[in-house]
Amino acid sequence: MTGAAADAQAHGGSDIELSGLVKSFHGPDGPIRAVRGVDVRIAAGETVALLGPNGAGKSTTIDMLLGLLAPDGGSVSVFGRSPSQAVARGMVGAMLQTGALIRDLSVRELVTMMASLYPAPLAVEEVLDLTGVSEIADQRTNKLSGGQTQRVRFAVALVSNPELLVLDEPTVAMDVEGRRDFWATMRAFAARGKTIVFATHYLEEADAYADRAVLMARGSIVADGPTTEIKAMVGTRTIRATLGEADERTLVGLPGVSSAERRGEAVVLVCSDSDAAIRALLESHPQARDIEIAAAGLEEAFMELTA
Amino acid sequence: MNAALTYTRFELLRTLRNRRFFVLSLGFPLVLYFLLAGPQRNVHSLNGSGVPASVYYMMGLASFGAMSSMLSSGGRIATERAVGWNRQLRITPLSPRAYFRAKLVTSYMMALLSLVALYIAGTSLGVTLPAGRWLEMTGLMLVGLIPFAALGIAVGHVLTPDSIGPAVGGGVSLFAFVGGVWFPLGQHGFIHDVAQYIPSYWLVQASHVAYGGHPWNATAWIVMAAWTVLFSGMAVRAYRRDTGRV
Repeated sequence: MTGAAADAQAHGGSDIELSGLVKSFHGPDGPIRAVRGVDVRIAAGETVALLGPNGAGKSTTIDMLLGLLAPDGGSVSVFGRSPSQAVARGMVGAMLQTGALIRDLSVRELVTMMASLYPAPLAVEEVLDLTGVSEIADQRTNKLSGGQTQRVRFAVALVSNPELLVLDEPTVAMDVEGRRDFWATMRAFAARGKTIVFATHYLEEADAYADRAVLMARGSIVADGPTTEIKAMVGTRTIRATLGEADERTLVGLPGVSSAERRGEAVVLVCSDSDAAIRALLESHPQARDIEIAAAGLEEAFMELTA
Repeated sequence: MNAALTYTRFELLRTLRNRRFFVLSLGFPLVLYFLLAGPQRNVHSLNGSGVPASVYYMMGLASFGAMSSMLSSGGRIATERAVGWNRQLRITPLSPRAYFRAKLVTSYMMALLSLVALYIAGTSLGVTLPAGRWLEMTGLMLVGLIPFAALGIAVGHVLTPDSIGPAVGGGVSLFAFVGGVWFPLGQHGFIHDVAQYIPSYWLVQASHVAYGGHPWNATAWIVMAAWTVLFSGMAVRAYRRDTGRV
C-alpha cells in the first residue's frame, strides 16, 4: 500500500464517494439540470469508466469530483477528505477534457514546472519516456500537433504521481497508435495500485480498460457494474428498413422489438433480440428492403435503458 | 516554499521569452524617452516644474513601462484562463496565495527591468544622481505600483484575451496622461485637481525626489492606499467569481 493510501485509511476512508450530487447551470431557457443525483462509490485501486453520450453530465461530475465546481447538493469525499484537501495534498492528478498548454516553455520545462508542485512526483525523464514525448522534450509547447499536445497533457497528469488519476475523454484528439500507447501507459500506472476514473463515450474503451463502468444519461446513473454486464445491457441492435406502408404498433408487437420509430419512408426498430426480430419482420412485411442491422450506439442504448 | 520558487522561476522564464512584452514594456517607453527628452536635454525646468526634462521623462516613462508591466500580468492570466490552464493549476497543490505571489513577483521583476532600462537611458542623456536618490525614487515607484498589481490580476480574471490588449493599452495611456507622463500638469487647473486622486500621478511625482523634495504628502499615501484597497477588492471578487470559490 502506498503512503497516501495508508494515510487515507488511517483517517477512516480509503474510498471515493459521491453521494447525492446535484448541479444545475443557467441556460437560455431556464436552468439546465446537468447532474441530477449521482451516487457512486469507488474503491481505492479500482479503474472505473464513466460512460455516456455527450451531455450526460460526465464532465460536470468530474469537475465536482476534482473540486473545480461546487455541487448544488450532495457531497464528495476523496479518500476521506474533501476534494480540495485531497488536491492540496497532491493526491489527485487529472487530464481535463479541454485545455491547451501554456506557451513559451519547452515540454521538459513544463513537466518539470508541474512536477515541482507535488510532494512525491515521478521522475520527469521517466514520465517523458512513458508518455512518448522524449523526442519532443525540447520543443516549445506552442509548436506541437494536437496529438502531441494530448500526450504532454497526459505527462502533466502522470508526473504528479497521484493516488487518484482522473481522465476526462483523454483519447479524443489521438490517432490509433497514440490511443494504444496511451492505454498501455495507463494500465501500467493502474498496476501500481492507483485509482483511475476516466470518462469516455466509447464503449470499447470502457470494456477494454476498466474494471467497472458507470453509465450516465441525462444527468443520472442508469447502470453501474462490471463492463461485461454493461455490455449485455447495451447489447441492443437496431434494424432499419424501408417498408412503405407499415403500422408502428404492429411493428412494436413483433418478437424481439422493443421500440419502433418511423423516419420518412424508413422505420427504425430498436431490438432486444435482432435475430428474432428480423425473421418476424420479413415474414410479416415481405416488401421490406434496404435492410440494415447495426449495433446500437450508446445514445440509443441509453435511451433504451432510461425509457 | 521550494515548490513555489521553482514555479515562479519558470513563470519568469516564460515572461522573458515573450517578445511582445519586450516591445511594449521596454522598447516602446525607451523610444518615447529619447524622442521626448532627447531634444530637450538642456531644459532644466520642464514647463516650470523645477525638474529637468531628462529626469522628468525618465521617471514618467519608467512609470509608463512599469504600469504596462504590472497590467501585463492580466494578459497572462486571461490567456491561461482561456486555454483552461488555470483549471489545471487548480487541481495541483499550488495554493491561490502562491499562485498570486508568483504573478506578483513576475510583474515586479518586469517592472524593475523597465525602471532599470529607463535609468540607463536617463544616464545616457546626462542624468546624474546620488545613489540614495536613485534608491528612494525606486522605492517610491515600487510602492506606487501596488494598486496596478492588483488591477492587473482583476482585469485578468474578468476580460478575455481578445479584449485585454486594448483595455490594458487604453488604461495605461489614460493613467499616463492623467499622471502627467507626457507633460507636467502644472500647479492648478482641472486636470491637476483630478490627478491628485489618481495613483499614476504620484508615481510620476516620484521624480521630485531627485531634487531632494518630499514628493508624497499625506494625500498621496491615502490615495495609494485607497486605490490598493479598491483594486484588491476587485481582484479578489473577480477571482472568486471566476473560479466559483467562496
